[in-house]
Amino acid sequence: MPDLDSISRLTLWTAIAIYALAFIAYAFDLARRSSTVKAEERMLVMSDGTVSQAPVDGDVDAPVRKRFVMARIGTSLMVLGWLFHLAATLTRGFANGHVPWANLYEFAMTGTLLVVLVYLVMLTRIDLRYLGTFISGIVLVLLGAASAYFYVEVKPLADPLKSVWLVIHVFVASLSVGIFALAFALSVMQLLQSRRERRVAEGISNAGPGFLRTLPDTVRLENLAYRFAVVGFIFWTFTLIAGSIWAYFAWSRFWGFDVKETWTFIIWVLYAGYIHARATRGWRGTPSAWLSITGFAAVIFNFTIVNVYFKGLHAYSGLS
Amino acid sequence: MSSSPSEGTPNRRTKGGQDGSSSVSDPLRPADHIDSADAADDGITQPKLGFVGWLRWGWRQLTSMRVALILLLFLAIGAVPGSVFPQRSADPNGVLKYKTDNPDLFPILDKLSMFDVYSSPWFSAVYILLFISLIGCIIPRIKHHAKALRALPPRTPARLARLEDHRSVSRGTSAGSATADADAAASIDVAEKQLKALGYRVARYDRGRVWSVSAERGYWRETGNLIFHIALVGVLITVGVGGGFAYTGQRVVVEGKSYVNALIDYNSINRGRFVPDDAFVPYALTLDSFDVTYEALGAPGAGQAGNFKANLTVREPDGSKRKAAVEVNHPLSVGGDNVYLLGNGYAPSITVRNAQGVEVFSGPVEFLPQDNNMTSLGVLKLPDGMPEQLGLVGFLYPTPAKLKSGAFTSIRGDLNFPLLTLDVYQGDLGIDGGNPVSVYQLDTNDMTKLNGRGTDVKSIQLQPGETADLPDGLGTVTFENESPAGAKDFSKSVKRYVSLQIHHDDSVVWVLVFALLALAGLGLALFVPRRRMWVKATASDDSIHLEYAGLARGEDPTLAAAVDDLVRGHERLLDAAASRHPVKGA
Repeated sequence: MPDLDSISRLTLWTAIAIYALAFIAYAFDLARRSSTVKAEERMLVMSDGTVSQAPVDGDVDAPVRKRFVMARIGTSLMVLGWLFHLAATLTRGFANGHVPWANLYEFAMTGTLLVVLVYLVMLTRIDLRYLGTFISGIVLVLLGAASAYFYVEVKPLADPLKSVWLVIHVFVASLSVGIFALAFALSVMQLLQSRRERRVAEGISNAGPGFLRTLPDTVRLENLAYRFAVVGFIFWTFTLIAGSIWAYFAWSRFWGFDVKETWTFIIWVLYAGYIHARATRGWRGTPSAWLSITGFAAVIFNFTIVNVYFKGLHAYSGLS
Repeated sequence: MSSSPSEGTPNRRTKGGQDGSSSVSDPLRPADHIDSADAADDGITQPKLGFVGWLRWGWRQLTSMRVALILLLFLAIGAVPGSVFPQRSADPNGVLKYKTDNPDLFPILDKLSMFDVYSSPWFSAVYILLFISLIGCIIPRIKHHAKALRALPPRTPARLARLEDHRSVSRGTSAGSATADADAAASIDVAEKQLKALGYRVARYDRGRVWSVSAERGYWRETGNLIFHIALVGVLITVGVGGGFAYTGQRVVVEGKSYVNALIDYNSINRGRFVPDDAFVPYALTLDSFDVTYEALGAPGAGQAGNFKANLTVREPDGSKRKAAVEVNHPLSVGGDNVYLLGNGYAPSITVRNAQGVEVFSGPVEFLPQDNNMTSLGVLKLPDGMPEQLGLVGFLYPTPAKLKSGAFTSIRGDLNFPLLTLDVYQGDLGIDGGNPVSVYQLDTNDMTKLNGRGTDVKSIQLQPGETADLPDGLGTVTFENESPAGAKDFSKSVKRYVSLQIHHDDSVVWVLVFALLALAGLGLALFVPRRRMWVKATASDDSIHLEYAGLARGEDPTLAAAVDDLVRGHERLLDAAASRHPVKGA
């Protein structure tokens, strides 16, 4: 019988393949949404003989209730992929004998598992399938890169990692990354939507990608993004505090501007700025959306570049 | 303000402060907050600002949202270089290396404090301004909120229908205006109780044939917001003040040796400006033994060291003794200090005798690990007892292997036939000038190499228990075997030492308290919805007209649902009341 870690790797590659299919399905969904809207426009033109976009755009507040078959297929594949992903993560954990988030490879595995989990849980409450392409895409890239380049063999934990805070601090950090990812995707959609709304208002005929018409309006997208960012921010604050407590026991000081600490702080300040920006006249809307995007860019930077290339105390990527 | 209430129609009573936007119960925000009323910007001739006027203008700018936001962004950007360049506080050797690698760039970057970013004038300026802005913002808000906490909910707006979340319902009564009036009043009584039970603060505003209850909830939102910001100031102040009373020292202890917690017994120490020389509780620590395990060959992570544990005997100031251990993640608490395990290494015991056979030196010498397999480098300085000063540079290979080049390396961290090589230098050690010199480095500028690479004489190679002659007949050197009697292998042949970090900081508890307060405040500020609700009943001849409206104060995504719930709950309560007290004359 092959060892647990080989099973984990195989299962993970299976999950990646399924996520790839989900990505394709979601991409088709977006494309179809564009063409659905176009067909509707044509019908409008034919029925009253005048070319008018207004009725279609007026519908933005109540998104067209369509079945979105491809999106459904995408979501089903996401669930299936996630189950394989979960199995891969669990078997890696059992192979380890400790939590599966102690090096960069495992952290990527658990982090993306949580990104998908947050997305799927949210789907039961709000229709966010228009983010499916993005979510499956980012998970695909991160998991693929982790499997291909960050893989390390199962190893016993290094002494500093033998702490209950490994379980708490790192898990909550991954969870907040999952939530920030959704906020980021919504902010991107918000920017696209806002551009389209502006162009529609100016009477430009080619207002942008057609699928945007099936999405909620800018304000709704912004509100959603804000709510995710706020929850993520709370978790991130907790991550910061838990990390400081751990650092106090492991490194004798709770704060020392280690590279990772610094970036965690930068991300915290950026999201604090985002929350303030949303409450500041002249900053709500597009400028604050850019802050949310910058915040997530910093998260990804912290997760990849800082882990791999920067020298510091958080040298647990397992890569040499 | 309003005309006589008995006069009647609700439309006549709408002047002044009734739209619910300027009441005392609003959170006070900076002028450019999205919830605060638009300042009248008439842009006509303004009086010239005097000095005080300019100060006031500057203060208003500093405490505005916009400036706070920009300062936050500066703070984020300002922190970046500290992660790009090595920092003196965290990585002093990295700074020296950077200086050697970039001799031209270094002075410029150093002028810009790029190697001390977090204590640099510009970084300090940003966060100090930010905190001044923060304090300037929260003090008026605290005053305002204290008032709001005692105030009643504002008067019911005349036109509830103007509010976005508005519902209206008509309920019939049997007959007669007296009944309708009584029903209307009773329905508001019910609504008042209902809102109270939901945690709202309520006030009744009944006028003529219009009965209404005004309710507000979510005062914790602003309270939490203020707690969060005050707690941040608390963290900053405790960190700043606490640093003055804190000290961090390092001490190297070899197995079997002791040290006393006193200023002179530290190898190095950083202490805050308020720590006096006699601040140290005189406990003593003895390192009984140091444990470490290595993953077996063939196992995953083979050779990886772990389970570091320093077994200590603690002698308290009162003379009582106890056994204790220091592990990574598990510091030892003694005398108000925390003792951390920072590092470890080998301290081979070396004995040097001169040509006359007189012992010149005998004892353990701490060697610094150079790689993961504990190839260690050490220096022994012999200023006296020899014809000239001698310096010995040694390499310890715990598990030696020969490279193709002929040089040795260590392939594991534990002791399997350990090998000590020694090169001898003769001349001036450079330690008589009074300048501090590292004990781990040998300045060979004024010394002559007597053996090893570059000379005709081979390096001295010793295994534990062996003795060799020093070059030029200077005497002998012995690598003492420290194994206990009857040992079968070399696993205990070389003593280990630990490097302990002794840290004292009474402020950490307070930093934690403030940090947790900040977290709790943040939760309240972001998740408690602050909202107003109104229920208004207008009696007409044979029916009552009920209006419900909600107004969000700040982010409140669930307001509409809350209004719906209120309507439904109210209806249920009214129906229940009606079935208990059948309408008169029915």
